[in-house]
Amino acid sequence: MEAEVTFRVDGTSHRLTVDVRTTVLDALRERLGNTSAKKGCDHGQCGACTVLLDGQRVNSCLALAVAHDGAEIVTAAGLASDGELHPLQRAFIRHDAFQCGYCTPGQIVSAVGMLREAEAGWPSAVTAGQPADGGSGGSDGPTVGILTDDEVRERMSGNLCRCAAYANIVPAIQEVARG
Amino acid sequence: MRTFRYERASTTSGAVALLAEAPHGAFLGGGTNLVDLMKLDVARPDLLVDVRRLTSDRVEELSNGGVRIGAGVSNSQLAADPLIRRRYPMLSQALLSGASGQLRNLATAAGNLLQRTRCPYFQDVTTPCNKREPGTGCSAIEGHHRDLAILGTSPECVATHPSDLAVALVALDAVVRTEGPDGERVIPMTELHRLPGPEPQRDTVLRHGDLITAIDLPPLAFAACSYFRKIRDRASYAFALVTVAAAIDVVDGVVRDVRIAFGGVAHKPWRAIKAEELLRGGPAGEDQFRRAAEAELADARPLAGNAFKVPLARNTMVRTLLELLEGPR
Repeated sequence: MEAEVTFRVDGTSHRLTVDVRTTVLDALRERLGNTSAKKGCDHGQCGACTVLLDGQRVNSCLALAVAHDGAEIVTAAGLASDGELHPLQRAFIRHDAFQCGYCTPGQIVSAVGMLREAEAGWPSAVTAGQPADGGSGGSDGPTVGILTDDEVRERMSGNLCRCAAYANIVPAIQEVARG
Repeated sequence: MRTFRYERASTTSGAVALLAEAPHGAFLGGGTNLVDLMKLDVARPDLLVDVRRLTSDRVEELSNGGVRIGAGVSNSQLAADPLIRRRYPMLSQALLSGASGQLRNLATAAGNLLQRTRCPYFQDVTTPCNKREPGTGCSAIEGHHRDLAILGTSPECVATHPSDLAVALVALDAVVRTEGPDGERVIPMTELHRLPGPEPQRDTVLRHGDLITAIDLPPLAFAACSYFRKIRDRASYAFALVTVAAAIDVVDGVVRDVRIAFGGVAHKPWRAIKAEELLRGGPAGEDQFRRAAEAELADARPLAGNAFKVPLARNTMVRTLLELLEGPR
């Protein structure tokens, strides 16, 4: 079965006919020629395929294109504006936060989504890890202050790096998180 | 992946009607488990009825002081909800201890409850598995079963249920509201999932075409002091070896009420009824907690490779209750 879908990818609208089995990842890579998001495990375990889907980071390998018709998608390739790299992209270069680079677009997009989540006050298992405290951050309600390295590691645990560049990924993200 | 028909309905009754006519069809929520199982050829639906945006995506206060969770609320949204974090912190903690940020953004509340076991043989179509193909045998009993069940197993299946959220919901006496070909039902969470018995292919008591529309949490004041503890092989992003969801109400050293559930130990979230009964009305302390845990786990029948889960479950329950006694830090 085929279906017609419309996506806005990195600011450009596309209309295409896809087999209903096509994932967002395959639609991006095989149909639209956008190879920024990578196919690592193809089972939602490695995070290399992470994109922002309607503003939220998701594993594009598990999202069927037909189920997300009309979505706004941002890949790492769409983060730069006017030829200027995104602050996270600059920080990854400055901190040498990669070796082979295969997981990097997913790491960077995931970090963009993660920092938005933290800014919105979303807790993590580290924030909410105390008994009798749902991570409410005190009486003022849900806030997440400065992210500790443990927070960054927990919130980024869905992105694996087989070169193990974590020791540089965390400081790169922290540099942007702390402005 | 095998091909399928994809449909979207404009109403829940329309979705139920579509599936009722397709005995091999399935509802599609976030797809984080189903799409993966379709890639593995474990799930072979010939129709997907997309319900992700059909049911409510809101968390609402009920007039009885409880809370209603729409089936379509994302796991992230639910974990971050201020009402949930204030009144039922263990529920938020359970969600945040599972999966990754990316998966929680896609996965729905109802879909979380209906995910399938991560038993390696269930996910590998080249091996026998009674849950995947009834009558073929269980590869895990004589094989790799370190992560699998110690309570309520059957000669046919030793799988565990993978949901952390379900464990917290069972402890809270939540109910699921369903709409199906035979009308609407309200099913207690303690009865939604079943033990494998001779029919391990059935994870839940839902019938084909039943759609979960909402999850209702009853009011439970002392759940504001609750905790979900997860023991796993990695610090993050791993399925459970053992989990404990607990809430306790202690006045003058006496247990007025208590809720305890285990995860990672059975084919269903395991409500620790015996332990709760032993503790209610008695003194609150480490010895009592230990005896209650041992009573609950007396029926455990571990396999050679997962006997460690019995003391692990006991210790996790004792430690969790002790930390709750100490109160907020």
